[in-house]
Amino acid sequence: MKAALAADNLIEISGLRFSRGSRLIFDGLELAIPRGSITAIMGPSGTGKTTLLRMFTGQLKPDAGSVLVAGQEVPRLSRSDLYALRRRMGMLFQNSALLTDFSVFENVAFPVRENTDLPERLLRNLVLTKLQSVGLRGAANLMPSELSGGMSRRVAMARAMVLDPELLLYDEPFSGLDPISLGVVLRLIRLNNDALGLTSIVVSHDVAEISHIADHCFVISEGKVIASGRPDELADSESELVRQFMTGAVDGPVPFHYPAPDYRQQLLGSS
Amino acid sequence: MTLFMQLQGSLLASMRKLGAVVLFLGEILAQCPAAFTRPRLISAQVHNAGVLSLVIIMTSAFFVGMVIGLQGYDSLARLRQEDILGAGVALTLIKELGPVVTALLFAGRAGTALASEIGLMRATDQLAAMEVMAIDPIRRIVAPRFVGGAISVPLLTAVFNAIGILGAWFIGVYIMGVDGGAFWSQMQEYVDPSDIGEGVSKSIVFGIAASLIAVYEGYNCAPTAEGVGMATTRTVVTTSIAVLILDYMITAFLI
Amino acid sequence: MESSRPRELGTGLFVFLGFAALLFLATQTTDLDEYAGDEGYRVTARFEDVAGLKVRSQVTMSGVNIGRVESIKFDNDRLDAVVTLRINSQFNRIPDDSDASILTAGLLGSKYVGIGAGGADTYLAEGSELQITQSAVILEQLIGKFLFSKAEEGDSSASPAATE
Repeated sequence: MKAALAADNLIEISGLRFSRGSRLIFDGLELAIPRGSITAIMGPSGTGKTTLLRMFTGQLKPDAGSVLVAGQEVPRLSRSDLYALRRRMGMLFQNSALLTDFSVFENVAFPVRENTDLPERLLRNLVLTKLQSVGLRGAANLMPSELSGGMSRRVAMARAMVLDPELLLYDEPFSGLDPISLGVVLRLIRLNNDALGLTSIVVSHDVAEISHIADHCFVISEGKVIASGRPDELADSESELVRQFMTGAVDGPVPFHYPAPDYRQQLLGSS
Repeated sequence: MTLFMQLQGSLLASMRKLGAVVLFLGEILAQCPAAFTRPRLISAQVHNAGVLSLVIIMTSAFFVGMVIGLQGYDSLARLRQEDILGAGVALTLIKELGPVVTALLFAGRAGTALASEIGLMRATDQLAAMEVMAIDPIRRIVAPRFVGGAISVPLLTAVFNAIGILGAWFIGVYIMGVDGGAFWSQMQEYVDPSDIGEGVSKSIVFGIAASLIAVYEGYNCAPTAEGVGMATTRTVVTTSIAVLILDYMITAFLI
Repeated sequence: MESSRPRELGTGLFVFLGFAALLFLATQTTDLDEYAGDEGYRVTARFEDVAGLKVRSQVTMSGVNIGRVESIKFDNDRLDAVVTLRINSQFNRIPDDSDASILTAGLLGSKYVGIGAGGADTYLAEGSELQITQSAVILEQLIGKFLFSKAEEGDSSASPAATE
């Protein structure tokens, strides 16, 4: 049973516990992500979605529980095994994280230069192909400071894909984009996933956008997965919290007001 | 009582920081052999840390040399001992002022640049992105910068000393009329090779300390704009204190 | 890549400048030859008291520097100080009955070893010992002696001086 599951799932997480200081971030989180799909991980701000991605890449270690990526227990990998596993992953950071001193071309070439001994001519072709696929071959000689937010997001995407990873992680890929750039990024995520046979994980709270492309969604709140399923299933969820999140209602299980003493009492009965 | 507790707290914090910095040095040293396989990365950092500090070092050195020449001449003239000006200037510069002032200027010019550069990479997730790309940021970013800085400081110190002595020569011999022959011969008479050795070993230790503190503060800064600013400030403060403490310790050890 | 050329040149020049400065310091500010290696030959001398003499103090003859003090040791059996002098090899015709004394440069200056020429036809060589030595003059003892003798003098002449 377990072995059969492992064949289908690229990532399996069980019993994940993690706390930062006194704050418990994950409390027995369970999650399985099938190969070849686009999975959305959603949840209110501050629930540790980005932290979860860093568990997949081994940048953070859980306090307890198992994080299986491609059949390997990430927290227990040796340094060299972890680096070998990371070569099979790509990650798109929220602020793109392009290297400021390098041109667009050199940014995309960077992981190839550092990790392989590819001859210059092949490298050039590879980088230009990836830039072409995100529509920025013409921008190869620009510096990151000359790019718009949407463009640098696309360069970062080309860089994340340049070593042909099996797994692509997107951390808030839509934040701060204009509608056109957003549409482009959405289309690229879907296109890459299908054309390259990737497994994609998108962390986002842009419910409407992610619903267009995700095959499967997880909603995380208070350290646990509170709902999972197809995007349209989640919209009709029985859980009030999930519904509030999916529809974006102002008040609900997540209250509009931060906990405070009674309003009238504080205004009238002071000192 | 609270003052005592505060004192105790800050003492503990300093010890913790000392430990963290030393552990970080171990991490860097472990990656240094790998860094040395790519000398181009290191030479680029020697350029950033050394060549770009050259103007401030040479200018400061000439004026420091002139001031020591002037003050030294004034004091020695009262004792009718102007002839040993060269010796006094050379010993002051080689043993003490050269290494210390160079390290402090280095912290202000190159150390802050290093800390803010690495801090900015931390704040914009560039370091995290490298980790995910299976590239060790300590090997690729930190180690070459540390080595480049540690190489640059002794060289800058030598330049500082030479220019400083020329500055003192200019004032003493050219302006104040000390005999040029006596200036150099008294210097050769009294400066011992071990004095130069003391200066060079100081500059090597200061170079390691200043570069290490700069890359440590940058690498471990809070990933915000404010954090980067604080990292650069702390680089200057910590380096200055560390250099002065180390200076005393080395002097006491070598004398 | 093209833009890295001037930078490499600058780095190269900087490293060159640094080493040039170090060479300048090593050759111009100090007299390296005097300290270089094992050159010259060693002779020993025994002194009752070497107070203030240091390793690398000068060894002079007729006021000219001919070598340096290489080591100062205490002889446990004979209870005196054994000083090894390294004398530059060009001064190879120093009579072996010459004497060595510990002198002071000026009233309060540093101590050095002065060698007074003897008259023998055989010369000092590696391992020779200077037989005639004179120890350091210790200022405190000198002053003490002086005051003591003055006091004695004062005692004998006290009464006549008072009546004058």
